[in-house]
Amino acid sequence: MNEQEARSLLDIADDELILGWRDSEWTGIAPLLEEDVAFSSIAQNEIGHARALYELVARERGGTADELAFDRAPEEYRCAQIVELRLLDWEKTIARHVLYEEADAIRLERLKESDDAEVAGLAAKIDREETYHRLHAQMWFERLKDEPRFTAALEELRPLLETGRDEHSPELAELWEEMTMVRRSQPAGTKW
Amino acid sequence: MVTAAQVWEALAEIPDPEIPVISLVDLGVIRDVGVENGTVRVDFTPTFLGCPALEVMRDAMAERIRALGGEPEINVSTDDSWSTDRITPQGRERLRTSGFAPPAPRAAAAPTLVQLRSNAFRCPYCGSTDTRLDNIFGPTPCRSLRYCSSCKQPFEQFKTI
Repeated sequence: MNEQEARSLLDIADDELILGWRDSEWTGIAPLLEEDVAFSSIAQNEIGHARALYELVARERGGTADELAFDRAPEEYRCAQIVELRLLDWEKTIARHVLYEEADAIRLERLKESDDAEVAGLAAKIDREETYHRLHAQMWFERLKDEPRFTAALEELRPLLETGRDEHSPELAELWEEMTMVRRSQPAGTKW
Repeated sequence: MVTAAQVWEALAEIPDPEIPVISLVDLGVIRDVGVENGTVRVDFTPTFLGCPALEVMRDAMAERIRALGGEPEINVSTDDSWSTDRITPQGRERLRTSGFAPPAPRAAAAPTLVQLRSNAFRCPYCGSTDTRLDNIFGPTPCRSLRYCSSCKQPFEQFKTI
């Protein structure tokens, strides 16, 4: 793995960690019980993918997955803005889900072709799990595709897939506060 | 001196922490066991990457190996080598008799919504294929929820991975 590949794995890991965190915010309050279960499960998968990707990068650069996930400053994260937003509207959550899974599938296909066997193998494993996320997104897309609020949400969020990975929304800093609070407040010498 | 056969036997007694009717060996997550100078190497492939049972499984394996007098070395591989096709026939039968429908075989192409919504899935209680998809996701990432219209029972279907 070269440095460029490590950087691109970190981009994906950050996307998956932050999106997993945001998806988990529906646990307990989704409009349907089935969706509580679905978004909790999807969040769990995404964070699992982030962990496996951070572990590969950590092995390349030194350090640990947890340090990569939680010990960087908010401006050092490499996630796309679309995953940072705290979305409290269901149609926007589904729009993000549809847009993200589509984009994620494309980069996973590319990653599966990596010359690095470990990267390619991990991408293939992630892709098998993501298949079920894509089917879930597709199911909701079919259900909502003619709803004006949903199509408006797609148009509103689509550009946020493409924003630079060095520019972040204020919502990332807020999430970072929550996400790293316990770790930052640990007494010196604590072992996790 | 501990032997590989003894290690396999011991690992076959460790239940899956989330679906205890099936052992780690029947689940197919143990890829290889090697013993050299008292060090026991286990090559292990997790089912789902976000599975919280991973650490529990790793600790349970290490504990069993130490009890046999070996020094455990658990290698976790995150490649694509685990598939639900690796669940043994005995494991599949144990799942079915406990109310979990075993996974369909992995096909060349990824599963589709049309497939999941089809009646190709058999109820583990009454055997009917008159079942419908309730939710792609279930209590753990590896399961979906289906409903049997014949015996009016919801059941958990192992996802094909």
